[in-house]
Amino acid sequence: MKSLHKFLQRVKPHFQPGGKLSALGSVYEGFESFLFTPATTSARRGAVHVHDSHDSKRAMIIVVLALLPCFLFGMYNTGYQHWKAAGAVEFPFWELMGYGFLAVLLRVVLTYVVGLGIEFIAAQIKKEEIQEGFLVTGLLIPMICPIETPLWMLAVATAFAVIFAKEVFGGTGYNIFNVALVARAFLFFAYPAAMSGDKVFVASGTVCGLGAGADAVTCATPLGAVATGVPVSDLSAWDAFVGLIPGSFGETSVICILIGAAVLLLSGIGSWRIMLSAVVGTLVMGWIAHTFATDLYPGSMLSPVDHLLYGGLAFAIVFMATDPVTACHTPTGKLIYGFLIGVVAVLIRVYNNGYPEGAMLAVLLLNAFASLIDFCVVRGNIARRRARLTSKS
Amino acid sequence: MKLGIKKGLNLHLVGAVEASDIVQVEALQCAVVPDDFHGFQPKVLVREGDEVEAGTALMSDKSYPQMQLTSPVSGKVKAVVRGERRKVLRVVVSNDGKHTSRSFDTKQPLLELLGASGLLAQVRRRPYDVVVRPDVRPRDIFVTALDTAPLSAGMYLPEDGAKALAEAVKALQTLTDGKVYLSHGADWALGDVPGAEMVEVSGPHPAGNVGVQIANIAPVNKGETVWTMDVTTLWRIGVLLLTGKVDYSTVVAVTGPEVNAPALVKTTVGCDIKAVLAGRLPNVDHHVRIISGNVLTGVAVSEADGYLQAPYRQVTVIAEGDDKVEFMGWASVSPAKMSAHKALPFSWLRKLFAPDARLNGGRRAMIFYGEYDRVLPMDIVSEYLLKAIISRNIDDMEALGIYEVAPEDFALCEYIDTSKLPLQQIVRDGLDYLRKELE
Repeated sequence: MKSLHKFLQRVKPHFQPGGKLSALGSVYEGFESFLFTPATTSARRGAVHVHDSHDSKRAMIIVVLALLPCFLFGMYNTGYQHWKAAGAVEFPFWELMGYGFLAVLLRVVLTYVVGLGIEFIAAQIKKEEIQEGFLVTGLLIPMICPIETPLWMLAVATAFAVIFAKEVFGGTGYNIFNVALVARAFLFFAYPAAMSGDKVFVASGTVCGLGAGADAVTCATPLGAVATGVPVSDLSAWDAFVGLIPGSFGETSVICILIGAAVLLLSGIGSWRIMLSAVVGTLVMGWIAHTFATDLYPGSMLSPVDHLLYGGLAFAIVFMATDPVTACHTPTGKLIYGFLIGVVAVLIRVYNNGYPEGAMLAVLLLNAFASLIDFCVVRGNIARRRARLTSKS
Repeated sequence: MKLGIKKGLNLHLVGAVEASDIVQVEALQCAVVPDDFHGFQPKVLVREGDEVEAGTALMSDKSYPQMQLTSPVSGKVKAVVRGERRKVLRVVVSNDGKHTSRSFDTKQPLLELLGASGLLAQVRRRPYDVVVRPDVRPRDIFVTALDTAPLSAGMYLPEDGAKALAEAVKALQTLTDGKVYLSHGADWALGDVPGAEMVEVSGPHPAGNVGVQIANIAPVNKGETVWTMDVTTLWRIGVLLLTGKVDYSTVVAVTGPEVNAPALVKTTVGCDIKAVLAGRLPNVDHHVRIISGNVLTGVAVSEADGYLQAPYRQVTVIAEGDDKVEFMGWASVSPAKMSAHKALPFSWLRKLFAPDARLNGGRRAMIFYGEYDRVLPMDIVSEYLLKAIISRNIDDMEALGIYEVAPEDFALCEYIDTSKLPLQQIVRDGLDYLRKELE
């Protein structure tokens, strides 16, 4: 490692202002600080002299680790749904995994190349360090999109989200909306035909010779089927819990989502307040809808627990709602924010037949209201202080 | 009265003082650093070569000339060191070893006596955490006898200090219409001080911070001023009133992972660091950082030309760390890494840590909210206050409680911060801005 460090130090002058490669200064800095802990030390006056060993790189990597179970399962499930659609009776594990891996590989590489490319350019323009927020976003985007989303759409959506949902606001930490969800919403509203319906959720064709030969598979997601009034008789709640159902790449398995939630909670990075209150909100609204179930709204036939098992709501609660930047920042605000995400997601699912899934819109809507909720909570603190002052005078 | 602080964090560092023996160290020279008395605008009253006694005024404040900074030792003024734009950095007095002290007339009005003796400048006020204004009468006076900072050995008082404390409290009561609060830890040995409202404080750091105590006893409201000081200053005021002389002796805990034998050293306020650390720095091949004070709020000083700076009770030496090569440190889960976050799952295996001065990460925008609240035991919505300060929004700063805070209250927040923001500097700049706009 010492020789690598020496090499980096030797080429460093080229990347500094005035050097031949100064246009790539941010890229160099990004790689250097990734490989070696920066030697920057505390100020000599007016600052603490020791800092906690935790930093944002570690935090982001832990979120990526938390996503891995869902990601691995997504690979398997992509293969499984493909084999199933082709009418196979045997499901060779490694072939399924290989098929899923190859199907998603290009999408992950693509979002990272597009997103990080924009981040590098923005960092260079602003003369700032590269921020690691996109490490998570870049993985999330392919996970919350259907596997058959055309690559160019994915690239356009990623670029749109990174530029217009993040960089124009000032970069990681300043954005109002969850960047990955903005990419998803962009796809959903810009290319509705390609992004919903029953043709996009199961991979078709072969990848590098792998595959069971299913072409242009028609297979609705359970929620899509419910919304159109088609009963989903061959799927059990257990299938949904395990995740062997059609859906977006990474968000079908509740087991894997729970593992991810455990990682986020144990490492203290995800907010238990948001997760818990969102689950409570879902169950409460789901119970109300189910109690007053009518044929007019087929979604109301789903039991409260079904709302958590099917679709992307569980994934959104654990990985999207808890995004620390776009969620509420105050403890009380987090409880309200999470609860309302659960309520609004079920409301959209049940009472708007046009949108079989409400998780994405619920989180984005509450992103917009997060500041307002916090504002009201902070007013409480201000009012206490003012009351103290007026009671004295 | 008892006050239990729940939120906070004790940093467990290598190098605490264990023996209670006190080693006497004679200063070669002492320095008075005006920057230690934030808000004091120095006008130098002496010239190089002047003979001074302990207690002779070296500098006076431009706005309130009766408030002075005095020499801690007798000897010759060795240097008036100035920096950019002729800013006074320090006045250095070489110690002649005679220990002569100037006698003050204790019959004169108290504020004048305190001002001339140099002790008034040791008192701070909230809001703004700056030196006091003699023309503003404080609502209350808060004295803390508790130091909960990392590796602190407490505030030293002589065994017969109670008499001086009582004398000082009696005098200070004439300066306020409110109370004189004296907060202390469970090990307080001097009993109740007559006239003072005694508060027994328990809990992790920052329980010893006077700002935290005020916030939990009687918060500062807009338009109010309170005075704050440590118990050593209170004791010095008492000694001045009893004897007419200022006692500039102090007991310093020499601590830290890079110190040979951590020990208590009795010396003079402003003593040169070289004398304090003589024989205590091991020969190491890496850079070290000498901090006058503790690792959270101290000032880094040089070994060759550094001095003991306010509050004159601790020196900490840690590794600088700028010469370390650490491959992918952000991925390490080594138990040797000090952290209060659960994201480092094995840090609890270690009892003591030897951290260095690195930031351990890059500076980021505020991303992870709620971290600061874990270690800030005040009714303050810290992130919102900090944002109001950064955006220089005076109305929001006032509404969110800027009058209650001092930079040191945010030291632990700065330590724990994932985004490595300079929070103490942000608060200091905000307070300075507000003072400039409103005073």
